[in-house]
Amino acid sequence: MLRLFVSVLAIVGLVAGAVHAASDDVPSYGVKIPKAVGDPHPEGNEFMRINHMNLLKHDRTDTLRLGDRTIEFSLKGCVACHAVNGVKGEPLGYEDPQYFCRVCHDYVAIKIDCFTCHKSTPDEDILNRLLKAQNAQLSPADEARQDAELAAYIKGVTENTGDQVVQRQDETNEVAQ
Amino acid sequence: MKLPALGAENGAEMNRRKFMKNAAAVATVALAPGITLTAFGGAADAQASPDSRWGLLIDVSKCSSDCDACVTACSKENGWKDKGNPLTDAQWIRKVDLVDNETGREISAPVMCQHCDDAPCVDVCPTTASFKRADGIVLVDKHACIGCRYCMMACPYKARSFIHEEVADEDRKSWAPRGRGTVESCTLCVHRVDKGETPACAVACGETGNGAILFGDLMDPESEIAKRLAEYPSVALRDDLGLNPGVRYQNL
Repeated sequence: MLRLFVSVLAIVGLVAGAVHAASDDVPSYGVKIPKAVGDPHPEGNEFMRINHMNLLKHDRTDTLRLGDRTIEFSLKGCVACHAVNGVKGEPLGYEDPQYFCRVCHDYVAIKIDCFTCHKSTPDEDILNRLLKAQNAQLSPADEARQDAELAAYIKGVTENTGDQVVQRQDETNEVAQ
Repeated sequence: MKLPALGAENGAEMNRRKFMKNAAAVATVALAPGITLTAFGGAADAQASPDSRWGLLIDVSKCSSDCDACVTACSKENGWKDKGNPLTDAQWIRKVDLVDNETGREISAPVMCQHCDDAPCVDVCPTTASFKRADGIVLVDKHACIGCRYCMMACPYKARSFIHEEVADEDRKSWAPRGRGTVESCTLCVHRVDKGETPACAVACGETGNGAILFGDLMDPESEIAKRLAEYPSVALRDDLGLNPGVRYQNL
């Protein structure tokens, strides 16, 4: 009986693990995490979800106090790839509830202070970045990566546009009621 | 005058540094072989080198009272604005006009954070938010700043400002974060200096043709600023305080 129980547990565990692995971007957190452009983090999304604040905190001190400008995990770097685009394809600011950081932080009711001082939108929008890169001489691998970035960007714009239209309709209905 | 001093023997400060050095040596011995302390910045690619000290030399005779190109350039570069409230507006750099009552000589010069070697703002800060980088640039770590404004009172140059109002997202620069409730001042355009560029005020002054602001490394004897300081007389503002600022004035 005990043996059966253990094997059932093991199977349940395996299935749960598989489901967990498969649903990386629509996760168990109950929020839909917006897609980013650029190369994925080699450490994996799960690692970044748990450790992003520690990485940021460590590296901000190096940048500010030691003048290290080669920082990998800068807030500017986060914003550049994780900007969520609005209806017109313009990057949304922190005041928008669909802002990348806010999607999770609102869900867990944590107020982050980063954007009371830091700029919450990227300096250069992703289309410009991609257009600029197009003129450069690229290896086939880089070209493929850029195509993927562009595809993700277009997908992001259309998805977000859809969401916002739905949301605005809801708001109108509330007002009407 | 004791200019490029940053690393020179300097009373209590130097003794403390020596002590820290010795303490670090002891700590290294105490560690097991093969283990290094990266927390002391071993892995960081530090731009702020103790081998240089950045400074400005302002030639007052070349500065005209009707020009505020340096102020405008700084405001544009770093995102602070004159909102018409002189009591509360942030001001990183200002033009000061002086008249000698005896001779009638009129002069005009920009005044900003003087990036003191022995900075009073760093001394008084209760949270170590106010600090001096290894290359002599005095900055505020706004992550640690609690907005107590002791540094503003300590600064003899009135170089620092408190941010009273919310900063709009569109006014923010990704290289110069600013937020309500913290103190700020001239950063010597540290984001540009780290890229090997010249501060915005010095560039703008050069573009007007006046060329009154010269930026450079005070510790590099080959730099133009060091040569000019060695050749011609210059003064520090409030030299009597012995703060050894990195900003010097010529023909004042």
